[in-house]
Amino acid sequence: MHKARSSLGTTIAMHGVLIVYVIITLFPVFVILINSFKTRRAIFRDPLGLPNEETFSLIGYETVLKQGDFFLYFQNSMIVTMASLTLILLFGAMAAFALAEYRFRGNTLMGLYLALGIMIPIRIGTVAILEMMVATGLVNTLMALILVYTAQGLPLAVFILSSFMQGVSDDLKNAGRIDGLSEYKIFFRLVLPLVRPAMATVAVFNMIPIWNDLWFPLILAPAEEVKTLTLGSQVFIGQFVTDWNAVLSALSMAILPVMILYVIFSRQLIRGITSGAVK
Amino acid sequence: MSTPPPKPKTRWHIAVFLAPAVLVYTAVMIYPLFNTLRLSFYAEVDQERIFIGLDNFRTLFGDALWSEQFWNALANNTWFFVIHMLVQNPIGIALAAILSSPRLRFSALYRSAIFVPTILSFVIVGFAWKLILSPIWGIAPGMLDAIGLKFLYAPWLGKEEYALTTLALVSVWQFVGIPMMLIYAALLSIPDEILEAGECDGITGLSAFWKIKLPLILPSIGIISILTFVGNFNAFDLIYAAQGALAGPDFSTDILGTFMYRTFFGFQLQLGDPHMGSAIASAMFVIILIGVCIYLFGFQRRLRNYQF
Repeated sequence: MHKARSSLGTTIAMHGVLIVYVIITLFPVFVILINSFKTRRAIFRDPLGLPNEETFSLIGYETVLKQGDFFLYFQNSMIVTMASLTLILLFGAMAAFALAEYRFRGNTLMGLYLALGIMIPIRIGTVAILEMMVATGLVNTLMALILVYTAQGLPLAVFILSSFMQGVSDDLKNAGRIDGLSEYKIFFRLVLPLVRPAMATVAVFNMIPIWNDLWFPLILAPAEEVKTLTLGSQVFIGQFVTDWNAVLSALSMAILPVMILYVIFSRQLIRGITSGAVK
Repeated sequence: MSTPPPKPKTRWHIAVFLAPAVLVYTAVMIYPLFNTLRLSFYAEVDQERIFIGLDNFRTLFGDALWSEQFWNALANNTWFFVIHMLVQNPIGIALAAILSSPRLRFSALYRSAIFVPTILSFVIVGFAWKLILSPIWGIAPGMLDAIGLKFLYAPWLGKEEYALTTLALVSVWQFVGIPMMLIYAALLSIPDEILEAGECDGITGLSAFWKIKLPLILPSIGIISILTFVGNFNAFDLIYAAQGALAGPDFSTDILGTFMYRTFFGFQLQLGDPHMGSAIASAMFVIILIGVCIYLFGFQRRLRNYQF
């Protein structure tokens, strides 16, 4: 409406900047993916060319599937991520409900105590965590990772969920109480379904860091049968540094599951961030 | 079990709701955190753990072998953080400012695309860039050659003077999506009336950004600064994936995370020392705590005044 003359130029400039930046963003991923489908010679002779009939090859993927136990790693990552998310959501929602719903002595103090962990990274305590896991025999089990990720995710989950639960109408809960529902039923039947969008936000926030973590799998569960996909691909690539086909294919296979998750959840994730849940 | 005295009945359900979260959080996060701080005052002598007071810290800061490594890691870590603040956050803000302009088409598409690297693991990002920058493969030199700048090329990750900066920029490339999203959300929440009032006074376009929007998003800039700070000072994965535990070449990319890992877990011939590792972890804890306190008490208080 106003200043149509300059705004066309501005619009083109804005799209220009964004397109250049998107190219910078996606280029490395693109290069890895296309080269994973090429023969070794083509990878070096024409790194930027798309695979064609002559240069197409799946040799890298064959090596990866033969040498590495990627399905096992994938399964481990799935179990760890899903179990941690379930525990974070269940325990986090329960604690958030207690803090948001009831007035009791120490309420504020408990809230502050649980909020401590938002800013202090759990990695600082790694030495003692490892000692504890060794003492309890949990080292090299998926359980160790699940416990650590649950503890890591709880503070932010409680913080986000309790602010949402304060918004659930009191009338509804009181109606439930008059009908003789126990506090547990009020929580599970009335409140939980209403905060489902917030639960999804918390889940998506926690999913990516858990799936991608390298530190705790490396320290707490490095054994072959409990390796996560992130650690498994790290070790595999380290062993096959000189086999470029295998490395590129392993990278592509590690990118794939995350990309699929991202495509499914990106709307939720972006809505979660932009809705101000982290503010 | 005697009958309880007749006082207001204990609301057990509150305890039941709180117990699982508090137990897991306390046992797996808070207790180990303090236990690690405690362990930094101990050492292992003849397979026994004995209290040695501040000796570990004396070694860490006094012994030339250790203190050199520590200050090197701290200096590198600070540089790593400075690059993030100078490159990642301004780019993030600029992208958010462009994306938030009204009537921009495809903005959701741009946003999703720019966020892609953030969801990839450090292992993927580290190796992908290692391959692309590698002189053997020749993608980076080839591309510079295409625009006539081949003389600029150097094996960046292999040179002591460039390696850390290169890795910091790779990390910026990966995480620019986070400041972008947070600032974008903050920009969208600015009420239209304020911008319209500015327009009536003739403040539009870039000057509207500098004079109206930027002061209003300062609280979000504070949040991304502290998130960057905490993230950078406990970073580890990218350096480990790209350069290994030795953080080569010649420790030039060593940061506190890799230093602590090496000390605590051991590498090659050096045995791991959990007590020295705890001492380094304690130092990291203090650094992060100082940063968070500066943010909470110095920065956020003052920024509150700007909020509506």
